[in-house]
Amino acid sequence: MKSLSRLGAIIKKEVRQLRRDRLTFGMVFGLPVIQILLFGYAINTDVRHLRTAVANQADTHLSREFIANIGATQVVNIIDEVSTPEELESLLRRGEISIGILIPADFDRRVLDGTRSAVQLLLDGSDPTVLSVASQLRNVPIQYSPAAGTGNRATAIETRPYYNPERRTPVNIVPGLMGVILMMTMMLFTAVAIVRERERGNLELLINTPVSSAELMIGKVTPYIAIGLLQLALILGVGQLLFDVPVRGSIMDLYIAGIAFIAAKLALGLLISTAVHTQFQAMQMTVFILMPSILLSGFMFPFDGMPAVAQFIGEILPTTHFIRLTRGIMLRDAPLAELTTDFYYLVGFTLVAMTIAALRFTKRLD
Amino acid sequence: MSSEYAIEARGLSKHFGSLKAVNQLDLKVPRGQIYGFLGPNGSGKSTTIRMLCGLLTPTEGTATVLDTEVPGDSRDLKPKIGYMTQKFSLFGDMTVFENLQFISEIYSYPKSGRIGRIDELLEKYDLTQQRRQMAGTMSGGQKQRLALACAVLHGPDLLLLDEPTSAVDPQSRRDFWSNLFRLAERGTTILVSTHYMDEAERCHRLAILDRGIKVADGTPRDLQASTGMRVIEVIADDPYAAQAVIHDLAEVASVTQLGVRLRVLIPEHHDNALQIVERALSAAGVDAQSSLSSATLEDVFVAVTMGPEERIA
Repeated sequence: MKSLSRLGAIIKKEVRQLRRDRLTFGMVFGLPVIQILLFGYAINTDVRHLRTAVANQADTHLSREFIANIGATQVVNIIDEVSTPEELESLLRRGEISIGILIPADFDRRVLDGTRSAVQLLLDGSDPTVLSVASQLRNVPIQYSPAAGTGNRATAIETRPYYNPERRTPVNIVPGLMGVILMMTMMLFTAVAIVRERERGNLELLINTPVSSAELMIGKVTPYIAIGLLQLALILGVGQLLFDVPVRGSIMDLYIAGIAFIAAKLALGLLISTAVHTQFQAMQMTVFILMPSILLSGFMFPFDGMPAVAQFIGEILPTTHFIRLTRGIMLRDAPLAELTTDFYYLVGFTLVAMTIAALRFTKRLD
Repeated sequence: MSSEYAIEARGLSKHFGSLKAVNQLDLKVPRGQIYGFLGPNGSGKSTTIRMLCGLLTPTEGTATVLDTEVPGDSRDLKPKIGYMTQKFSLFGDMTVFENLQFISEIYSYPKSGRIGRIDELLEKYDLTQQRRQMAGTMSGGQKQRLALACAVLHGPDLLLLDEPTSAVDPQSRRDFWSNLFRLAERGTTILVSTHYMDEAERCHRLAILDRGIKVADGTPRDLQASTGMRVIEVIADDPYAAQAVIHDLAEVASVTQLGVRLRVLIPEHHDNALQIVERALSAAGVDAQSSLSSATLEDVFVAVTMGPEERIA
């Protein structure tokens, strides 16, 4: 009986404390709901609306009909029309499209001929889902007239996967994994950095010295940039050594993008640090941001397959932009200068998060 | 031109919701003196100190601290004050030397003099042996000496010490106070909060705080001379019985037991205070010796921190 009463005391105490930790209490209900939403939105194997550009060099009735048919599948979303295959390749490299449809000038003749492929699909092989989705497109009919038989139409549409012709998974995973690993470590390091000093009482001493908020923030973050770069080199090295993951673009570009991403994550960590009161809460917040960063960044599931809300959240997350940068630089040989949108987003994110963190941290206790 | 006071507070108040942690505090701390804040826990000592160094914004009132206005831009003030927190706030996972070095860099102590200054402080605060020891593994007294060394490293004009001796043994407390006197002799103004009477007695001046209100201030001697109470010391074989008897007397303001002794406070206007007590004890058949005594600081404290309802009783 005594044991029961003691057990009861412990249970009562736990419930009482749990109820008073509002953040944890919120997590009890918030996490499951958010997780199920995240997974529900992100896990979508029925990918649609892949961004596509067309180079219709034939510009005939038949070719226009074919493009209309492809559009009707809803698998692709034609966002651009260009005139040369070079332009298609450039769009692919910059990551603006996942599929390029090349219709040669002699399209009609090729369709009639039936021995040569009539259309080429240029695919971004750095995204594994694009490859599987593109196979659906091969069944889109090309008919000169209703009466004409389909014959040996299997060769009508030819697919050309760029950047990962062997279709190996590590090639796709490693660049994204860099983002995820860096995110986890960088954000956690700094998220607990200020809180830990607050818990230990160091902060009260520090804020009574001539140290300014900015000095404190930048000083705390700087060593971790070096650590982050070290981690980046480690992941790259292992990826190349064991999985033969290529770095087709400039390694310098990759490191510059890395610094921008590390800085963004550290700033975000600091921001968390100024918002929470205990290390435990800091960890919870980190996990809270970690989940969408893994699920909605295009790392695990194709970005194009997600509904608008999920894409919007994904666009806010720095990881999404970093993964675009790493895939672009490592796999598609895209120079950083062509990927400026994602790069500037990271820089902007860092500045905003750092500023808010420094403002929130006012060197006062009230 | 610098004022003769290191700290001058006018109507300083801090409210946390409905709680008035500090209420309309006026304060004048002369330069070069040790000024004590005496009060029980929750009396507003820490809150006041935190307002004075700019850590908390006052709800009302202002203060002039070393010719800097508070609240206001405390950037110029920081290099001139040294602050010792109630809780040990140095880095436990750094050595004694590393902690001092860190502080010297934060305060931009002239590079050429840093090592010399650190060695001097290690010597002065008896930490030479601990130079390479992790600060977190030291005893309470050692941690406290390190904290003081860090607080004075940059040679501040004003030291704010928030219950610096709450976690150390009596010997360390005595040593600590002799260090404070040495600093005061060299012109440092020291504001120190405490709930120890013996420490309060060592201060040049002190203010007694109770529930956010300053209930008395002055030199310890002045305070003892002006309690408005007569103090009677009762020594009884059965102090509990004696206390029960005295407590019921209408004239008695308070009874405090110290071992076998009782300290009885009776307002001054009762001329025959001693007789009142003696008569009551003998009437109750309690064997006791009573005598008039002079007020100690403890008596002062009891007298001034009594709530109005206790005063009536």
